[in-house]
Amino acid sequence: MANVMEVYQLLPKTNCKECGYPTCMAFAVALLGKEKIIEDCPPLIENPKYEKKLEKLRELLAPLMSADATETGMIIHTDKCYGCGNCVVACPVNVANDPKGTALGFGPKSGRAILMVEDGVIKCVNVEECRRFGPEKILCSACIVTCPSRAIEFV
Amino acid sequence: MAVCTGCSLLCDDIELEFEDGKISLTKNLCRKGEGRYRSLREDRLVPAVDGAKVGFDEAISRAAELLGDAENPLLFGWSNSSLEAQRIGIDLAKKLGATIDDTSSFCQGYLMEKVLRGEYPTCTLDEVRNFADVLIYWGSDPSSSQPRHMSRFSYFPRGEKRQRGYDEDRTAIAIDVRKSPTVVIAADGFFRIPPGGDAEFIEALLAALGGKIPKVKDKKMKKKILKLGSTLRKAEFGVVFPGLGLIYSLKDEIDKLTPLITRLNEVSSYKLIPMVGHYNMRGFNQTLLEETGHINRVSFKDGVEHGTQFAVTEAVNDCDALMVIGSDLISALPAAISKKLARIPTVAIDPHRNLTTDMARVTIPSAISGLEAGGSALRMDGVKVEFEPVIKSGYRSDVEILSRIMEAV
Ligand code: SF4
Repeated sequence: MANVMEVYQLLPKTNCKECGYPTCMAFAVALLGKEKIIEDCPPLIENPKYEKKLEKLRELLAPLMSADATETGMIIHTDKCYGCGNCVVACPVNVANDPKGTALGFGPKSGRAILMVEDGVIKCVNVEECRRFGPEKILCSACIVTCPSRAIEFV
Repeated sequence: MAVCTGCSLLCDDIELEFEDGKISLTKNLCRKGEGRYRSLREDRLVPAVDGAKVGFDEAISRAAELLGDAENPLLFGWSNSSLEAQRIGIDLAKKLGATIDDTSSFCQGYLMEKVLRGEYPTCTLDEVRNFADVLIYWGSDPSSSQPRHMSRFSYFPRGEKRQRGYDEDRTAIAIDVRKSPTVVIAADGFFRIPPGGDAEFIEALLAALGGKIPKVKDKKMKKKILKLGSTLRKAEFGVVFPGLGLIYSLKDEIDKLTPLITRLNEVSSYKLIPMVGHYNMRGFNQTLLEETGHINRVSFKDGVEHGTQFAVTEAVNDCDALMVIGSDLISALPAAISKKLARIPTVAIDPHRNLTTDMARVTIPSAISGLEAGGSALRMDGVKVEFEPVIKSGYRSDVEILSRIMEAV
């Protein structure tokens, strides 16, 4: 998982404001929050002296930008997933939204669960209900710590 | 809702979607179960005699001949067959005067017998979900072998007296020689022991439960075991889930577990549920027990006889024909015994090709239970689960195959 300092180190660090942010640090935060993309920093793209940094930054942020990452930043490595459903049952949102299904260890029964197992692997739906989503977000890690194969991470 | 026969949890909340008569989407199946569903289209066995494809009827009559002509036939497998098929299998063994044994013989047999005879207290997985607060996974790794064990029953779900979630309401303890995927989850309660160290660990635990200092060299471990002793004493409803790791480690000293189970029940209330792998091993053990007074290793040659000489690993020395149903015996046994097996004329009944079917003289393809054939089975905790076929296929059920062989001998 990338952190702000790591991202910042790979930016031009000139605070040129061309991205629309007052500092490179602010832009780094925006990148991690998926509010901006790397291409929003013109010097980094255009100036050949940043070529190496650009390459490294792309590498660092690849998981975050990938199609796999949901809007909460959750990445599910389906190749590692056992489909055991631990995260489905432990997720506090599932428990609250689906008291007759996932809360009791079954598959979802209410249509309001956010994690479920399909075709033998975990799938995230109704993302907006995840506690890591939206302005009030909190750093919930119920699905990460209950996974036996560490198939879930947040970027 | 469909039932998965991928392991002995027999999950009964499986939802399926179909397209053109084929399953297009599965819901709630774990990866292992999904593998079983996908195997519908993979590596299916064909009826054959001496490697040449034959019709189903021909395969049946050759199988009946081979078994009927034998002096000492051995019928093995059974833990992947329905209760109904197992019953016919036992009747077939009687009719043939054969030896019958199942996978429990080199697996969970010892513990299953204790449980079935009421010598170890046990309970259902639903009771575990509703009441259990201390869970001991000992030499077992449900995350790999019974993937939904912890989410459906033991650790994560809310239950009647366990409403607050696993982190507040339950304590998971894992005793193992390695950092298994289950240990990853139960990290706080992990006790790593050296291979073969289970007997010593039992001693240490008995000491700790009795308020004595356990004889353990490692100081940290000593402290940890003492703490474990007090956690175990405080439990309201504890459950031990022993796996093959424990059984293979204790070997002939498996009896050492008994004083621990007794002691645990003096300080609190503890149950034991053996972590069965195949979906209906318990079913076979119970059926044979009701029928003969023994859970496995029975010969019907001269009335009912029981003993280690009738365990598959020994019986292969004397048998002159072998029928294997729903098991890849050759892969499961050590090479030295497998070599002997290769010389015995064999009938193999299985949905799929495997090493055993490859070396068999007669092969008979069967339907996959739960998918192509209905029936019932006993979950690892003894709860009976019934299932219907979910798709149509031309494959015959074990029940049909065994009945046909029975008629023909
Ligand atoms: S846990 Fe076992 S019974 Fe349940 S879905 Fe997985 S393989 Fe099938």
